[in-house]
Amino acid sequence: MSENKSYLKIENLRVEYFSSKEVVHAVNGVNLRMHKGKTLGLVGETGAGKTTIAKSILRILPDVGSRIVEGSITVDGQDLLKLKENDMRKIRGNDISMIFQDPMTALNPVQRVGEQISEAVRLHSDMSKEDCDKRAKEMLKMVGITEDRFSEYPHQFSGGMKQRIVIAIALACNPKILLADEPTTALDVTIQAQVLDLVAELQKKFNTSMLLITHDLGVVAQVCDDVAIIYAGQIVEYGTKEQIFHHPSHPYTVGLFGAIPDMAGDDEWLHPIEGLPPDPTKPIKGCAFAPRCKFATDKCFNETPVTHKTPDGHECSCHNMKEALKEEEK
Amino acid sequence: MIMSGKKHKGQSEFSRFIYQLSKNKMAMIGLAIIILEVFIAVFAPAIAPYGYQEIDANALRQPPSSAHWFGTDEIGRDIFSRVIIGTRYSLSMGILATLISSAIGIVIGAIAGFAGGWADNVIMRALDVIQSLPGMLLVIVMSAVLGSGYFNTILALSVGSIPAAARMLRANMLRQRKAEYIEAAYSINCSPARIIFKHLVPNSISANIVQMTMGVSHVIVQAASLSFIGLGIQPPTPDWGAMLSGARAFIRKSPHMVIFPGLAIAITVLAVNMLGDGVRDAMDPKLKK
Repeated sequence: MSENKSYLKIENLRVEYFSSKEVVHAVNGVNLRMHKGKTLGLVGETGAGKTTIAKSILRILPDVGSRIVEGSITVDGQDLLKLKENDMRKIRGNDISMIFQDPMTALNPVQRVGEQISEAVRLHSDMSKEDCDKRAKEMLKMVGITEDRFSEYPHQFSGGMKQRIVIAIALACNPKILLADEPTTALDVTIQAQVLDLVAELQKKFNTSMLLITHDLGVVAQVCDDVAIIYAGQIVEYGTKEQIFHHPSHPYTVGLFGAIPDMAGDDEWLHPIEGLPPDPTKPIKGCAFAPRCKFATDKCFNETPVTHKTPDGHECSCHNMKEALKEEEK
Repeated sequence: MIMSGKKHKGQSEFSRFIYQLSKNKMAMIGLAIIILEVFIAVFAPAIAPYGYQEIDANALRQPPSSAHWFGTDEIGRDIFSRVIIGTRYSLSMGILATLISSAIGIVIGAIAGFAGGWADNVIMRALDVIQSLPGMLLVIVMSAVLGSGYFNTILALSVGSIPAAARMLRANMLRQRKAEYIEAAYSINCSPARIIFKHLVPNSISANIVQMTMGVSHVIVQAASLSFIGLGIQPPTPDWGAMLSGARAFIRKSPHMVIFPGLAIAITVLAVNMLGDGVRDAMDPKLKK
């Protein structure tokens, strides 16, 4: 996991949403590295800032009511946040594209699905309409939908098929980076598996890097190479999938794994992490997780934790990492 | 919506709409009447037995007879022929004025709905000003300022309906703007213009189409009112409203002079409203079967 190999690098990213009354600190100094052709899982609960990070990369945050306060997002040595809008437009949808969460609403209901795929191609190439349509048909076939459904409307497809179409749109220009925002959350489990297999297969074929946003650790286990755990707009733990799954070191990560119901045992109760995420409108003092953490000391409430290396070499931001590790060993 | 059988494959929203509409009897009757009227309007000179200015000095204010089906007016003109020719004016004015006001309203509403913020505020407050005037008064003022004549009257009739169309589109656009497919459109690099006209407007326009069908009958009545008070289309052009206006002095002695143009207006408005109701029902997603 050396620095020089990382393809997409996010450094100290800080994003705020604001209204006339209050400021919501959605992303608070996130550092992330993604490697060429690999999949990085971004795991965290609702409101942790996962989608905001993805939208910041594409720079499609709403013009009104949001701002990227500081930080850099570097792809191949180029800082996306410093690019002019015109240059950004060449990248958006072409080099970097996004799969949206809910296939039911991510397609234009009154446009034929074929046209929607073909539109994505046409916006980035000088190809004629016929060639774009041909490409769109190829994409349809690639995601397992027959060509003759090219001129059908979204309402004529099932949820899983719609998500395949959304994936086809995202992959139509052979992007170098794919941002998948909970691509399987809206689907049932069998379709989930199909869609994940499809994405993984296409990703391997085109050597695409993928940022997979999810709150499902099962999905992470199936697809990801690396994992970053995000809490309240901060990355609390980052490492390879094996490191995180075998040696979770941050109390929050430990809590997440602890919350997965044990299929073998006969537990009476689930084991949730007590409490709620902090109010994002208030600045965080010390460690964001401290109020919910059973290892919390006075230090946790007053000092922002720095990132440590764990014994197996991955990164974790916690004052009491050793205690958490011990707990996990038990 | 359940898709049954091969027949519906590749079916578009539009063909589904047509299918729904075709099953609505009242709407079909309305449509038939309108088509008949359009046919009459196009071939009016061939259908009308007399010229609309032709005077029969021996038959003043005659009640209906075999020679003059709807009777004659105070200077001996055949009312049947005048009603037939009048179809051209009333119908085309209703349709054209509605199209113009809707087109302008949709563009204004799209800009306001998409831009938001201060631009939206300025546009909507300007429309508020127009809408705060009583509709008929505005039409009268516009007509007086622009002068009489066919196109000026159409313009005068259009202005009053622009705010309603703009407001309707804007409201629907505000709802669509937050939809995920719009975000998705941004993510594949659509330009704002493309997002407005390719993605937002087609998804927001259905209410406006219903409003348009309803608007036609409203405009026809307004045009008639305008002619009735002496603005708008001028005699001897046989606009239905103008005919009513000319006949009002004889309403007691020769009621047929008022009845037939009045009936023509009533039938047209009824037909348009029947069609409009059908369009609304066919477009209502709750009624989709």
